Amino acid sequence: MAFTNEQLERYSRHIILKEVGAKGQKKLSSAKVLIIGAGGLGAPAALYLAAAGVGTIGIVDADEVDLSNLQRQVIHTTADIGKPKVQSAKETMEAINPDVTVNTYHTFVTSENVLDLIKDYDFILDGTDNFPAKFLINDACVMSKKPFSHAGIIRFRGQLMTYVPGQGPCYRCVFKEPPPKDAVPTCRQAGVIGAMGGVIGSLQAMEAVKYIVGSGDLLTGYLLTFDALKMEWRKIKLPSDTHNCAVCGDHPTITELIDYEQAECTDK
Amino acid sequence: MNITVAGVKKEFEDGLTVAKLIELENVETPEYVTVTVNDEFVESGTFAETALKDGDTVEFLYFMGGGQPHGN
Repeated sequence: MAFTNEQLERYSRHIILKEVGAKGQKKLSSAKVLIIGAGGLGAPAALYLAAAGVGTIGIVDADEVDLSNLQRQVIHTTADIGKPKVQSAKETMEAINPDVTVNTYHTFVTSENVLDLIKDYDFILDGTDNFPAKFLINDACVMSKKPFSHAGIIRFRGQLMTYVPGQGPCYRCVFKEPPPKDAVPTCRQAGVIGAMGGVIGSLQAMEAVKYIVGSGDLLTGYLLTFDALKMEWRKIKLPSDTHNCAVCGDHPTITELIDYEQAECTDK
Repeated sequence: MNITVAGVKKEFEDGLTVAKLIELENVETPEYVTVTVNDEFVESGTFAETALKDGDTVEFLYFMGGGQPHGN
């Protein structure tokens, strides 16, 4: 499929990059990325992926836009309050780039639906805020051999890592199981600086784009952490021995998806 | 002895364990932190027995939520 003149102009700043080029831009056009959570992380990620011309973007979220979301969830506007976030996100993405097909899933991720949700996508972004969902997404991606970007943000801190099957540790290699309910603070309890979602969510989009075009090094085997108060980044090497992991190791003990107890967080 | 903690080289007295280091460094939510020493995971539950030696590199990895409430 050849690009139209309009597309050549729209994507000219990508096409001129030797790491992307027309070939990479075509890969983006035929790529499918699923974003789970249209919140602080998913909102900026969705904006950049739509702008980048990722051909199909799926977005999963059960919530409606709330006034308290707008401090950081930049894909939604004041006029969207009360609207399903997936609908609001779809409208914004389509307004940015009509080339993009947006699939909406107005639901929570559960052990029942997650495998089905991810199966048609090339790369998954975890933009959720709670540990049951993060472990569920990790395990589902490991079991389905899907690459994904994990991220977390709280207060003035953020971190992310990328899992690619067979190329390094998964989230469960690092964190064995979810902490007990309310043991670790959530954004609702602890707060989060709005721009942190932009910083870390944009990096998740960056990882997705690099994975699709096949350029550079991904954050596989590393946890990238950011402390905004100190303006300090750290790229922490993760242990490469994944043999003993309960889900991605040589002899997995977790072979079915687990619905852990949901933490009390409504982010409202 | 010198130990590099979260990228910073620091001096400690001999006989330091991972558990003691967690205390000295005021690690947040110490029960749920993941610890690596020289790029190897330290089994949780063995922090008190895991002795550190001169030249070790220790990292603390923290749970971080964030993003959008989402789950079952």
